[in-house]
Amino acid sequence: MTEQVRISDEAELVAAVAAAAADGTRLSIAGRGTKQGIGRPLEVARALDLSALSGVTLYEPEELVLTARAGTPLAEITALLAQNRQMLAFEPMDTGPLFGATSGDGTLGGLFACNLSGPRRLSHGAVRDHALGIRAVSGRGEVFKSGGRVMKNVTGYDLPRMLAGSFGTLAVMSEITLKVLPVPETEETLVVFGLDPSAAARAMSAAMGSSCEVSGAATLPAEIARRRTEAPSDVSVTAFRLEGFAPSVRARRAMLVSVLMPFGAVEVLEEGASRGFWTMVRDALPFAGTGARALWRISTAPMAGPVLGRALSEALGAEAFCDWAGGLVWALMPDEAARAADVRAALAPHGGHATLLRATQAERAGAVFQPLEASLAALTARVKASFDPRAILNPGRMYAGL
Amino acid sequence: MSLRLPAADESVLARRAQIIADLSAIVPGEGVISREREMKPYDSDGVTAYKQLPLVVVLPQTTEQVSRVLKYCHAGGIRVVPRGAGTSLSGGALPLQDGVLLGMGKFNKILDIDYANRCAVVQPGVTNLGITRAVEHEGFYYAPDPSSQIACTIGGNVGENSGGVHTLKYGLTTNNVLGVEMVLITGEVIRLGGRHLDAGGLDLLAAVIGSEGLLGVVTEVTVRLLKKPDVARAVLVGFPTSEDAGDCVAKIIAAGIIPAGIEMMDRDAIAAAEAFVKVGYPLDVEALLIVELDGPEAECAHLLEEVSRIAAACNSSTLRVSRTEEERLGFWAGRKAAFPAVGRLSPDYLCMDGTIPRKQLPLVLTRMRELSARYGLRVANVFHAGDGNLHPLILYDANQPGEMDKAEAFGADILRLCVQVGGVLTGEHGVGVEKRDLMPEMFDETDLAHQQRLKCAFDDQGLLNPGKVFPTLHRCAELGRMHVSGGQVPFPDLPRF
Ligand SMILES: Cc1cc2nc3c(=O)[nH]c(=O)nc-3n(C[C@H](O)[C@H](O)[C@H](O)COP(=O)(O)OP(=O)(O)OC[C@H]3O[C@@H](n4cnc5c(N)ncnc54)[C@H](O)[C@@H]3O)c2cc1C
Repeated sequence: MTEQVRISDEAELVAAVAAAAADGTRLSIAGRGTKQGIGRPLEVARALDLSALSGVTLYEPEELVLTARAGTPLAEITALLAQNRQMLAFEPMDTGPLFGATSGDGTLGGLFACNLSGPRRLSHGAVRDHALGIRAVSGRGEVFKSGGRVMKNVTGYDLPRMLAGSFGTLAVMSEITLKVLPVPETEETLVVFGLDPSAAARAMSAAMGSSCEVSGAATLPAEIARRRTEAPSDVSVTAFRLEGFAPSVRARRAMLVSVLMPFGAVEVLEEGASRGFWTMVRDALPFAGTGARALWRISTAPMAGPVLGRALSEALGAEAFCDWAGGLVWALMPDEAARAADVRAALAPHGGHATLLRATQAERAGAVFQPLEASLAALTARVKASFDPRAILNPGRMYAGL
Repeated sequence: MSLRLPAADESVLARRAQIIADLSAIVPGEGVISREREMKPYDSDGVTAYKQLPLVVVLPQTTEQVSRVLKYCHAGGIRVVPRGAGTSLSGGALPLQDGVLLGMGKFNKILDIDYANRCAVVQPGVTNLGITRAVEHEGFYYAPDPSSQIACTIGGNVGENSGGVHTLKYGLTTNNVLGVEMVLITGEVIRLGGRHLDAGGLDLLAAVIGSEGLLGVVTEVTVRLLKKPDVARAVLVGFPTSEDAGDCVAKIIAAGIIPAGIEMMDRDAIAAAEAFVKVGYPLDVEALLIVELDGPEAECAHLLEEVSRIAAACNSSTLRVSRTEEERLGFWAGRKAAFPAVGRLSPDYLCMDGTIPRKQLPLVLTRMRELSARYGLRVANVFHAGDGNLHPLILYDANQPGEMDKAEAFGADILRLCVQVGGVLTGEHGVGVEKRDLMPEMFDETDLAHQQRLKCAFDDQGLLNPGKVFPTLHRCAELGRMHVSGGQVPFPDLPRF
């Protein structure tokens, strides 16, 4: 049985981790637990629940900065930001629908630890790009801080960015400071129908290589588009988002139409429809409600993505669509089998990282993250040991034995 | 010079001739420089007040040579200081008497330009501007633009996580680098990232960028390329007080506008720049803002109106919008020449680099004026106002006995002030040796120990660029010990250097 420990302030967190460090008790770390299905399965004696370590401690809209305790619900943060027409520009993904859980749940700490960014990652960067500072408790049971609350800071190693995406394996975040940005005044999406994967890759590359400042570019093959959009039934959808001040969006629409013209007719999704479309892409909604079928999230060179998606469909029977102008491939396998070796072999010629984002426990016991070369694996192990020498924090969640 | 560097290892100094011979076997020809006269150009970086000849200068040309040199140094316990163009303003590339200075200047090739994936793969010795020059005919550029971009290398930019005047909108080096190849001190070659955006696994790339040459030697960098905006327009606004100027910056951002850049200069900096380049800066204002907007013509026109309206509401006393590209570049010419311009006012100057929460600007400027009076040294301020990064330039004369020490003490007081108001010691120039001893102002021993253990994971003998960044050298074995008595880490009195 796993013992539950509820943490409500930083002192309790330090005490809990220090106690575990003293006798080598293995800990799992969770906020509201919405992302516990991501990563390798854990076998721990004690579970730290950080959902009560909550609250925004600093928010200065004119300074574009927000600090909150790790267990603060994301919904609380986004609502607060919205009051000031601000946002987390990396467009945090809501993993609820994919995991058959409630929507809109989850904490800042969980989001940060998983570094899961949405469509706007393309133009505005990932969670890690907005990380300014942290307070955290390492596996040594010691609280430390790094970074700060200002936009520009090179004082010491950039630990906040490094801890983003570390899945709670190096330190337990207690407080996180992020850069926030204004919400664009308006948005719309231009759509081209019926492109095959390589044409879609070229169209997205042309759009990104123009000065139109596209802040979302995705392509969905017909079988997926049919399920989730108003699209004509048998064609793929390739979509481009424009955001900003109204006069700017109008001007860029005209520019983008001429960039896309050679690829086919262009249609416009107005603000509301545009929003809905990108939420669907962000949360991989076409794959919601598919139980425990294995789901891959693959980061690769943008030109390679659409073609890789098709290859995975043809060879492995996967369904795939691309975000990040082709650089992010979502691939849903036909059943619970992850077929990791096959997926990684298909990715290998293009370079990149394949992460098994959702799968059964048994499948996740294998390698969830891209396996590392020997030198990098050894370095990764030394880095892990430097923060968490007794390997008590989420042991094995990223790599077996770490 | 008040600087203390780690004591030289006598056994290494004694082996100098053998080390030179061994390194010459790895990097043949003119790749090893050991004559004093020829090593002279490498004896300091942008902080010319600190000088030290290295043990030997090695200029490798291939990753394999770097790997063999580092492996050799690791085996022999020899220290290594990586160097790009040597423009660091924190002494990051200052040599060590018993250390190999590893100059990366011969890594000067652009390996691949991949427009379709909007990235370029370059060697670390390529200059920052060299990347943009290589892609601008296709309308692309590399966004971070340090004022030193004509000289500084992308390897040095990775070392310092450099920024520029467009960082507010386009980010620092860390937001624009996709991957690196680097060599660890053991000689092992690793790759982090690639042509894709996010890599799974620990984000070691984040730690490497800004690590000031302490974690490894970067031998290849993959950078993101951006399409050049259609137009850029700048507006030059004068204010009767720096409070008004600060207020204007806050209101622009509160209006949801993120300009490409917002720079501020104070009265002394304005006067110096105008005297130097004569671009028509108003001389009867306390603070001058340059606000640059870029994007499609329609957006710039719209935002220029907004910014002008906000500026007027913040008591601006003068306002000029650039009508031509020439005029825009003129607005910038003064700002970009601010350092040399100030340099003309005084035999020497010290450039500081703290960052503060923007709203603290009036307080910090007031206190700085008080400090200036107390030390009897003038200070001119240029300020990346959009992101709160201050560059106070302290004027002094190194030929006056004691003045350099006074200037350094003044600078340290300014940085302490930055930390006190919620800011940091360095926004873009790095800690190096210059701010090393101030690190405890911002971090306690536990904070620093967590950073130093990361260093140990990369470099267990502390051979890469020791004496930089951290005020105290700890042995890795000591740092690695677990102390779990109520979270207290007792530190024995290790010698401070
Ligand atoms: C006039 C002037 C203006 C400046 N303006 C700006 C500015 O606007 N913004 C800004 O951010 N900085 C500025 N700087 C500072 C400086 O130019 C930057 O820090 C620059 O990135 C240093 O590059 P470099 O090639 O000269 O590196 P160096 O000075 O040679 O080295 C810098 C650091 O990086 C390490 N390093 C270098 N190459 C490698 C490598 N291949 N692998 C591992 N480590 C390496 C070194 O050990 C050192 O710690 C300015 C400097 C001057 C002199």
